[in-house]
Amino acid sequence: MFWDKEWETLSRAELEQWQLRRLRSTVQHVARHVPFYQQKCAERGLGARAILSLKDIRRLPFTTREDLRATYPFGLLAVDRADVIRLHTSSGTTGKPKAMFFSKKDVAGAADLIARCLVMTGVGRGDVLQNMMTYGLFTGALVMHYGAEKVGLMVIPAGPGNSERQCLLMQDFRTTVFHTTPSYALYLAQFLKERGIDPRRDLSLRKAYIGAEPYSDETRRKIESALGVKVYNSYGLSEMNGPGVAFECEHQQGMHLWEDHFLIEIVDPATGNPVPDGEEGEMVLTTLRREAMPILRYRTRDITSVIRTPCPCGRTHRRIRRITGRADDMLIVRGVNLYPQQIERVLMSLPAVGHSYQIHLEGLDELIVKVELADASFDGRVEHLVNLQREIVERLRADLLVKPRVELLPPGSLPVSEGKAKRVFDKRIL
Amino acid sequence: MSTIKEVAVFAENKLGQMAIITKVLADAGVNIRWVTIATTETFGVIKFLVDRCDEAFAALRQKGFTVSLIDVLAIEVPDKPGGLFEVADTLRKNAVNVENASGFVTQSQKRAVLLIEVKDIDRAEQVLKKKRLRLLGADEALKL
Ligand SMILES: [Zn+2]
Repeated sequence: MFWDKEWETLSRAELEQWQLRRLRSTVQHVARHVPFYQQKCAERGLGARAILSLKDIRRLPFTTREDLRATYPFGLLAVDRADVIRLHTSSGTTGKPKAMFFSKKDVAGAADLIARCLVMTGVGRGDVLQNMMTYGLFTGALVMHYGAEKVGLMVIPAGPGNSERQCLLMQDFRTTVFHTTPSYALYLAQFLKERGIDPRRDLSLRKAYIGAEPYSDETRRKIESALGVKVYNSYGLSEMNGPGVAFECEHQQGMHLWEDHFLIEIVDPATGNPVPDGEEGEMVLTTLRREAMPILRYRTRDITSVIRTPCPCGRTHRRIRRITGRADDMLIVRGVNLYPQQIERVLMSLPAVGHSYQIHLEGLDELIVKVELADASFDGRVEHLVNLQREIVERLRADLLVKPRVELLPPGSLPVSEGKAKRVFDKRIL
Repeated sequence: MSTIKEVAVFAENKLGQMAIITKVLADAGVNIRWVTIATTETFGVIKFLVDRCDEAFAALRQKGFTVSLIDVLAIEVPDKPGGLFEVADTLRKNAVNVENASGFVTQSQKRAVLLIEVKDIDRAEQVLKKKRLRLLGADEALKL
């Protein structure tokens, strides 16, 4: 099923031609209206005419998260303020927020991409979407909301949290699809179980769109089996509209990245140089259709790779693999590089382990993994808990090549997050 | 069958946990007859022998505790030198592996009782009875 078959299946040659044309006009647009890019391009002696092929994108400057903060609030705005119809911001843990502006066309464009994503997963009129992302300054909920309305779903703007009410809405309005973070989906599964609600018997859920935090395939399977839904991986970031940048089709082998809207590069996070085709690195995105705030070569800090083979669904837009980590999330423990997702993958593959976990780095490079026991796994025997704890240590050590200390905790001991879960706590004295 | 149920609670090894748990039991009107605590660095399993097992289980569960019911045998230890040895020896000779044990002496009747957890509870019961060791039923154990 296609929302926009013509664009979604455009031949590679036509797609690349379009990309080149749009890249040139984007460069022209920002060079004219955004002093930040004006200066950067002038430094390099660049203009739109310098872009002769898509490869020439490498001559353009990167835009980093720090650039967005430094130019806050209006520094990257490329249109008259009167032409902006929406503002989103994204706040980091430290420092100034980032501002994202949308023109009328930008809002429509973002909704259009969501429409492609939803139809691609086989939903349409008659489906009921419970949107459990945060409404407000965060892009997650609103962008999905507009796209789903465009397709003709009934949208329940539930927002996050209040599991009691989520559950009631699901029952009363026969929700078929929901949109949330992996951590909240897992929490909700536990919540339903405690209330004696069997999703397969008592609810009408069919599909879930899970994103906003990186998660592993093991977590996907846990959500699928606990809630009786098919989980589609969703990738987006506020700087690039929010959700809908890349999404899984029915084949669920990587996420189609909408290449008529975004130009993708994969670079070495340390040097910024392109990595060989198909290899893993940091994803860099350039907007190709945005008006209010085009961004050149944005360093997403997300680590992934491009799948080079075509997808059986017929879409020509290439797929990216599940995000394996954020360049910023990479931890170096006792000289070994590791990503929190690696730890998650190991934990979620153990059935006796529950959903919540935390990674603590303390003292002189000590790795501590706090993890909850799955509620049903407690049989009253302390020896079994000690054995399980030992098994987790061994499995992690084998995978990470670093021996962690594991603290097994009763279910519900770790705080539940309804937005993005904070999982890593680095309190090292280095 | 002379098995007795104990309520086991999985708790963080944190100050105050015991107070919270016993308060829940007190509020539920449950009387604690015996308690054993096994802890590691980070967690503990607290086991209670209580007069009203199902109520205790429900009350703790409702407060969000991770609880489980386990079967134990209450063996009356003969009141003579070597009494405990006789019990231990019987179990060992019959290759019954005791996973956990705790004992108490009742004040009023001066009787010693040993609570044991074993994998194969039926077999343990069989070999103990064959040796004419007395197993206490729930009613009797709670009345001590
Ligand atoms: Zn596909």
